Amino acid sequence: MNDMTPEREDRVANLKGMGCARKRVEDARFTQGKGNYIDDLKLPGMLHGDFVRSPYAHARVLSIDTEAALALPGVIAVLTAKDLEPLNLHWMPTLAGDKQMVLADGKVLFQGQEVAFVVATDRYVAADAVELVEVEYEDLPVIVDPFESLKSDIVLREDLAGQTSGAHGPRKHHNHIFTWEVGDKDTTEAVIDDAEVVAEESMYYHRTHPCPLEPCGAVASMDKVNGKLTIHGTFQAPHVVRTVASLLSGIEEHNIRVISPDIGGGFGNKVGVYPGYVCSIVASIVTGKPVKWIEDRMENLMSTAFARDYWMKGRISATKDGKITGLHCHVTADHGAFDACADPTKFPAGFMNICTGSYDIPTAYLAVDGVYTNKAPGGVSYRCSFRVTEAVYFIERMIEVLAIELNMDAAELRRINFIRKDQFPYQSALGWEYDSGDYHTAWDKALKAVDYEGLRREQADRVAAFRRGETRTLMGIGLSFFTEIVGAGPVKNCDILGMGMFDSCEVRIHPTGSAIARLGTISQGQGHATTFAQILATEIGIPADSITIEEGDTDTAPYGLGTYGSRSTPVAGAATAMAGRKIRAKAQMIAAYLLEVHDDDVEFDVDRFVVKGAPERFKTMADIAYAAYNQAIPGVEPGLEAVSYYDPPNMTYPFGAYVCIMDIDVDTGVTDIRRFYALDDCGTRINPMVIEGQIHGGLTEALAVVLGQEIAYDDMGNVKTGTLMDFFLPTAWEVPTYETDHTVTPSPHHPIGAKGVGESPHVGGVPCFSNAVHDAFRPFGLRHSNMPHDHWRIWKTANGLGLHG
Amino acid sequence: MIPSRFEYYRPDDIRGALAVLNEHGDDARVMAGGHSLIPMMKLRMAEVPHLIDLQGIAELRGIAIDGAEISIGAMTTQHDLIAHAGLADAAPILREAALQIADPQVRYMGTVGGNVANGDPGNDMPGLMQCLDARFELVGADGTREVAARDFYEAAYMTARDDEELLTRIRFTATGAGYAYEKQKRKIGDYATAACAALISRDGDRIGSASVAMTNLSDVPVWSQAAGDALVGSTGDAAAIKAATDAALADIDPTGDNRGPVEFKKHVAGIIISRAIARALSRA
Ligand SMILES: Cc1cc2nc3c(=O)[nH]c(=O)nc-3n(C[C@H](O)[C@H](O)[C@H](O)COP(=O)(O)OP(=O)(O)OC[C@H]3O[C@@H](n4cnc5c(N)ncnc54)[C@H](O)[C@@H]3O)c2cc1C
Repeated sequence: MNDMTPEREDRVANLKGMGCARKRVEDARFTQGKGNYIDDLKLPGMLHGDFVRSPYAHARVLSIDTEAALALPGVIAVLTAKDLEPLNLHWMPTLAGDKQMVLADGKVLFQGQEVAFVVATDRYVAADAVELVEVEYEDLPVIVDPFESLKSDIVLREDLAGQTSGAHGPRKHHNHIFTWEVGDKDTTEAVIDDAEVVAEESMYYHRTHPCPLEPCGAVASMDKVNGKLTIHGTFQAPHVVRTVASLLSGIEEHNIRVISPDIGGGFGNKVGVYPGYVCSIVASIVTGKPVKWIEDRMENLMSTAFARDYWMKGRISATKDGKITGLHCHVTADHGAFDACADPTKFPAGFMNICTGSYDIPTAYLAVDGVYTNKAPGGVSYRCSFRVTEAVYFIERMIEVLAIELNMDAAELRRINFIRKDQFPYQSALGWEYDSGDYHTAWDKALKAVDYEGLRREQADRVAAFRRGETRTLMGIGLSFFTEIVGAGPVKNCDILGMGMFDSCEVRIHPTGSAIARLGTISQGQGHATTFAQILATEIGIPADSITIEEGDTDTAPYGLGTYGSRSTPVAGAATAMAGRKIRAKAQMIAAYLLEVHDDDVEFDVDRFVVKGAPERFKTMADIAYAAYNQAIPGVEPGLEAVSYYDPPNMTYPFGAYVCIMDIDVDTGVTDIRRFYALDDCGTRINPMVIEGQIHGGLTEALAVVLGQEIAYDDMGNVKTGTLMDFFLPTAWEVPTYETDHTVTPSPHHPIGAKGVGESPHVGGVPCFSNAVHDAFRPFGLRHSNMPHDHWRIWKTANGLGLHG
Repeated sequence: MIPSRFEYYRPDDIRGALAVLNEHGDDARVMAGGHSLIPMMKLRMAEVPHLIDLQGIAELRGIAIDGAEISIGAMTTQHDLIAHAGLADAAPILREAALQIADPQVRYMGTVGGNVANGDPGNDMPGLMQCLDARFELVGADGTREVAARDFYEAAYMTARDDEELLTRIRFTATGAGYAYEKQKRKIGDYATAACAALISRDGDRIGSASVAMTNLSDVPVWSQAAGDALVGSTGDAAAIKAATDAALADIDPTGDNRGPVEFKKHVAGIIISRAIARALSRA
């Protein structure tokens, strides 16, 4: 080898490519307060918008008097539905094929609904003017319970009166939205009816909220001179926003530029299209000035995109020795006042049909009924792929209940039902093709790591001591094994508002051997600028530190469907690798020309092309980049760029095994998480440190949801948990130390074998924490209790089991 | 979350503050750390056209220890209470309780005066001050008076202080009794589901004195004379603790909220009271 050539491993290390725990390049600016979030944006002459919101959950709007507000100095306009109607923007389509009021049109359907939009020169004046808008309401009976809604004579959505069919088929009742069915109903029912053992359970997965630190907001700026509309906003899918804005406003798409600046967390909350966006756009068009709208925390919790609110009823059957034979699931899905769920069009309940979980269940059936109530619209996937958290919670609870029915250890029951390694690719009874997995290996590794047998012995001792009156603390061992389904998705069955769910990457190599890559996704904290550069570094041999990653500006980035549902790495990450390979293919031709050999006689080696069998003859990628721009090469165009639009052939299926050990004070309901072990298999690991960070974050949001985070309503439809005093957001105090571990089962169809990891810990974490609570009380007869497991509900469980003497 | 318009004043002495209070009466409010008042203003639940910031008044700050006599200026922060070594020796229950209030950021701003003057049943200092049998110094245009903490609270947000008076100092006598402040909350930064302060001293092998007070279990802090009486003269055995706990429970009147319904709160209160008494006894 040439003396000048560093050792191969040094060259690999220098790239900081895949597998390297490269430090996050974003953090320098975030940790120094130099991020640029929507509320940091101040444009010249910018106006401020604020909403008048309904205090009622259901009421007729008799009149809106804006006179006093308009008289306040500094107030420019007060928009109501009447003002939007001529533009046909008083209603807007939702992502789920329904429509939603932008501003109250005749009535309000949930507390906090947008009634009027005040525009003023100053944020404080806008807030004062909101108080001066006089709205006369006539309150109507409120329905907050979906079962009651389906029986009620009260018509919530008068605009749909007489429509017996919606975007997803027939409607059975005026408050019913759709029924979605998957699987074989008759066979499943027959199998369950004839089964040796059947376990049944009903569970409520409560309504909660993603609650990103930064709420939703936008700054719309209409330039009346050149006809260009620029919309800066907290958008998880900027290109989709551009297309939707064009379709709604009639402004040609090339005249709309959407920019997502730094986003302070999304978790699904920033996928939807909200009245605030529409109103700031209209206000900017009307005034010709930039208009900012940004929610406060209470508005965020009360009005933009909740998550969950699924009432799930399950039946699972098995043989006497625990082999599962069938699964039946019915969901009553509370969608609130408008169906604004963010799911691919053909999946009105998202990927709830992954509810057979990690198990080889031969027959299954799922039916979901969507229902209107007087609650906020939304139904986003809070740190999970579409409704996967609900699905995994359901099956992981059903497994525990079946274990009780069988009087069997729940770890063993899982083991005997896992899909075996040799069964992949595996066709599930509800229609998915699981790409790869090795569940038994992961499970055994997890149980060994925590000394499962030892824990069970300790727990038995504790129960005995409790019964003798020597302790008032019980111990729960929470288990969960999850399979996520992420990377939506193949255009053949995944679209949002008709837009296929591919994603993209465009790479441009500069003459001196550095590069910029732009993607159709947008980071909200996931660290794309770090990890996508690592993928490229490995693919094209240019150091990650020499690659800029840019996202979020629709004028420069290639079209893509954005970041949610753990799709960035499976889809845009694949596009990145594919674009890199196109670059490499051209680089190979250039290298061969420069080395005066045939294309096939050179091969890629970390950061260069070398002549096969003569490694001292090589051209580095920097040499090649320079030549690409500056040397006339016969038959080869100048320049070195590539773009890839990647339509994934399948979803990816990350999985994992979690164990939680929890102590519970029976008298006060206080829980203490003693240990949490998380094994994740996300296929090829791009950056272990970023993965670990994602797992810590996702587990913490799982803990939040399980132990107290909820959006609760009283009977009048008032939100009871509208501030962070009552809406639980854990701090470092409440969070245990997490132990992380992994196995690696690459995705066979993904160019680099990566599966996505950001949401796995949430999906797996929720049943794990919850199962720990249940497991603690299992010796005393508990089958199921609904989350959140806050102090008083745990106390109630203990009380109901007679543990308070 | 944006307050309505207000005038801002920052006097540098007590007289200056009283002058604004007298001029605007009901329309004026003093602000200490602002960590109860500002949220209320932002929610537009408190309308304060004239806001008097007390941060510039040096004479309202400081902790003075003269033997067993302790005097704490109203503007002393909860952080100051925690950090003051002399106070931790003389009356360690203050530090133990202050450490259970909110989080460090809130404690850097929140003051002891604001905490006791606020009248929010969720505040931890009022019950603690009743347990200590503290006195509050109130200064108004007509002069200075002292009101016992045990007589100060009338109803939620209603106290014996007149609108035109300033709470300037808190005084109490330290006793060296065994102490405990026990609090159950849902998370850091939360008000109590139930909390209890206990001070107990022994006289030989019997309990010589006992004081028990509770937080957030009624619309005012609750000092339970009966609970103390149940302990005094006993050995502090399980039966005595049970009797004291039962007596304290008879004095509370919790309301249901997101933390749980009344029956749960009563049950948890019983546990917390017993633990506070047991821990104070172990230190007596
Ligand atoms: C997230 C959070 C969590 C919290 N958790 C707790 C908790 O667990 N326990 C707890 O006890 N508190 C808690 N608090 C409240 C905190 O301790 C407050 O700071 C405290 O209650 C009030 O003190 P302050 O100095 O901020 O008073 P301010 O908010 O300034 O004033 C409160 C009230 O007292 C009046 N006032 C203030 N000083 C005087 C004075 N010298 N004379 C007359 N009137 C006066 C004001 O006019 C106002 O009405 C929490 C606050 C927050 C924001």
